Amino acid sequence: MQASGWVPLFPEQASSFAWQVDLLYFYLIVVSIVFTIPIVLAIFVFAIKYREKEKFATPEEIHGSMALEATWSFIPFVVSMTIFLGGAYVFYNQYTPPVDAMEIYVVGKQWMWKAQHETGQREINELHVPLGRKIKLTMTTEDVLHSFFIPAFRTKADVVPGRYTYLWFEPTKPGKYHLFCAEYCGLNHSGMGGWVYVMEQKDYDNWLSGNASGQTPVEQGKDLFETKLGCASCHEGGPAQRGAKLEGIYGKQVKLVGGSTVVADDAYIRNSILDPSSQIVDGFSPIMPTFKGQVTEEQLLALIAYVKSLSGVTGSTPTQGPGAAPPAAANTSNTAAVNRPPANTTSNRASTQSANSNR
Amino acid sequence: MQTQDEITGEFQRPKLNYLNNGTTLKSWLLTKDHKRIALMYLISVSAFFMMGGIYASIIRLELLTPASDLLETGTYNKVFTQHGILMIFFFLIPSIPAVLGNFLIPIMIGAKDLALPRVNLLSLYLYWIGGSFALWGLMQGGVDTGWTFYVPYSTTFSNTYVMAVGLGIFINGFSSILTGLNFIVTVHTMRAPGMTWFRLPLFVWAHYAVSLVMVLGTPVIAITILLMALERVAHVGIFDPSIGGDPILFQHLFWFYSHPAVYIMVLPGMGVVSELISNFSRKKIFGYEFIAFSSIAIAVFGFLVWGHHMFVSGQSIYAGMVFSFLTMVVAVPSAIKMFNWTATMYKGSISYDTPMLYGIGFMGLFLIGGLTGLFLGAIGLTVHLTDTYFVVAHFHYVMVGGQVIAYLGGIHYWWPKITGKMYSEFWGKISAMLVFVGFNLTFFPQFILGYQGMPRRYAAYPPEFQVLNIFSTAGASVLAIGFLMPAIYLIHSLIWGKEAGPNPWMLPGLEWRTSSPPPTENFLEPPVVTWEAYEFGEDSGLDLEEARRRAAVAPVA
Repeated sequence: MQASGWVPLFPEQASSFAWQVDLLYFYLIVVSIVFTIPIVLAIFVFAIKYREKEKFATPEEIHGSMALEATWSFIPFVVSMTIFLGGAYVFYNQYTPPVDAMEIYVVGKQWMWKAQHETGQREINELHVPLGRKIKLTMTTEDVLHSFFIPAFRTKADVVPGRYTYLWFEPTKPGKYHLFCAEYCGLNHSGMGGWVYVMEQKDYDNWLSGNASGQTPVEQGKDLFETKLGCASCHEGGPAQRGAKLEGIYGKQVKLVGGSTVVADDAYIRNSILDPSSQIVDGFSPIMPTFKGQVTEEQLLALIAYVKSLSGVTGSTPTQGPGAAPPAAANTSNTAAVNRPPANTTSNRASTQSANSNR
Repeated sequence: MQTQDEITGEFQRPKLNYLNNGTTLKSWLLTKDHKRIALMYLISVSAFFMMGGIYASIIRLELLTPASDLLETGTYNKVFTQHGILMIFFFLIPSIPAVLGNFLIPIMIGAKDLALPRVNLLSLYLYWIGGSFALWGLMQGGVDTGWTFYVPYSTTFSNTYVMAVGLGIFINGFSSILTGLNFIVTVHTMRAPGMTWFRLPLFVWAHYAVSLVMVLGTPVIAITILLMALERVAHVGIFDPSIGGDPILFQHLFWFYSHPAVYIMVLPGMGVVSELISNFSRKKIFGYEFIAFSSIAIAVFGFLVWGHHMFVSGQSIYAGMVFSFLTMVVAVPSAIKMFNWTATMYKGSISYDTPMLYGIGFMGLFLIGGLTGLFLGAIGLTVHLTDTYFVVAHFHYVMVGGQVIAYLGGIHYWWPKITGKMYSEFWGKISAMLVFVGFNLTFFPQFILGYQGMPRRYAAYPPEFQVLNIFSTAGASVLAIGFLMPAIYLIHSLIWGKEAGPNPWMLPGLEWRTSSPPPTENFLEPPVVTWEAYEFGEDSGLDLEEARRRAAVAPVA
């Protein structure tokens, strides 16, 4: 990226679908020119040729022409349909994360982006990603709407409180690219951003090993599950356990009391922790207390990662769109967020420190 | 009819007209005359436009440099929010309908007044009351939510005067609903004998379409604001997920009104431009029915495309595709209008008076505004472009390049009718050209900035975006001069302007067949319409021979 001076007309193409977006852009520019030239030319020619020669003249009447109306309704319609199809195709690519993607969790809050890698490294307002790997971001926010925008990757998605949204990309060019918040989020909206670093795999591995990793999300989730929140006392113990079985459920249909079924995805797990009585698994009683107000957004993501690991799922799972997840009931942290210290939660920090002292 | 001096060709000002029929403050504040109400709207919307313009100037000055050095970020956030709120709710939405529509619709259809004159006065008062609440909120400390009031920021997080301003917009909405209702009833019931639907000027058709949108759409924003208030004040969980709400629901409700509101802001402009192009080409408009029905089509389809504001907000990707498809469909009626206006000029007798310059300027700017709308409707491209300066540039091309230019064109076109005076053609033409050049210089660079990735609503930006921002600010200063000039020469014309006479351009519309300014009851004798719309020939009943003879001796205007 240039530091100053002239702006190139296009940002760098640094993701696998960036060229498709640019191609669509070029196509629209061509369409615009093709429509503009005849109209502007006609206006100019008519303006000169038919300028007033006698005051209050009465030129011959022309009522209209069905053939012309049909032509200039039909052609724009057909052209607009080609634009629609091209747009829909590119959009499908942008918003359909591949199944083999590496997953990174992102939590937005006023006014910073917090990211956690699968191996446990955390970063703020920066995102380090390896070149040529498909990467899927699972995102949410602790407070208001934000939007994760990387112009060089030609993609963005809003981050919505109370639900998970997804963004994916495959970086194709090493470098340092702008990361912006694109949805207005209050006082320091324009300061909520930083850089995305695309690194060769070996540099990325170096970066990973050079950073205190602490617990991975799965380990952190396990810790929460077994000790800190005590989920295990009901959700483990074999056939006699009081809580629903979690092994092997991720991504599967779960039968609920009342006969309906639901896919056990991120949104379902989140909802079952925050508002357990709203979706009771068939055969169980509504005895689970809510954990609303006791878990942070980041801990929720860790718990989801752990539940996933119980089904042998690591990394990404099929999801689609920025908001495949239905609205989960309640978000714990909106009001709490205002008073919380800005960086990671205390428990995360503590675990990072213990990892350091072990070394 | 106004009398004219045989030798000098100068017109006598009509002895009794709507302006001097009662001179007390009470005679204005309690008037039922649609023309006086329109004039009071004109003054009010101009004041709001001035305030919004000052905010715009501050924004452009701040963005001259990458750092937020002129204003603190919090202040900048309030400035762009208030610019948007004043311009959209208190200037653009009432501008053409409440000023020009109010003044002209009854005259154009040959009626004495609107069907519901008292309701018309009530709508003005609601506008004033709503405006006062908004201004009060601004003076107390302002509001920083963006004109879109997105939740949960607006309901839970913002500590600014959201309620006062929201109440102002809520009340103002009823003004808009009543105006729309009044127009619909008037067009149905008050047309003069012989004024059939297909003899209506296209200005009236456009207002009929826009009235439908006002009546059907505005209640939704009223409900949305009410729900927002319920959550903000009483903490009822509607939108904020921490208390059980859904923030996406707010966006659906908000855009269900606010997208059609875009058409409230541009359809009347299209109506004005249809008048300008046809009348200053002295040619029957090409494809009258197509232009008339394309207004209705835009009004109807405009209600089905709100989701294109939410492509990246978390709605399902298939919903996104459906909205993208419908957005492409709604582009077609706009294209039809564009082609018909161009074809109208073919074999015309085109004169380049100030209103026509605005009319042609509109065609150029609206063309760019419309085509860049296709960019934003192409869903895969919009993922990159949305919430960047590309969007800012696009909607300014449509709203300023469209509605404001058309509004200025309309004000210049009907100024002789409204005031009875001619303004300076020379300064009129200069200002029309300054506005055109300044506008393009301001907003065209923003398309490039947007593709580069500069997000909107940023008080500070990375330094590589500065060059284009400097262009934009330079353009804004030209634009500001272009906007200020009419304020000067139009007011000047009130005192020193030449008497315009009833029909300075010898045009066939009913509004040109009464004196300037018109009498309170619009016509001394109720008109009977025997000619088609845009009939410039002998069938129009105008004394063209006489006019040509006089023009040869002493050219008018």
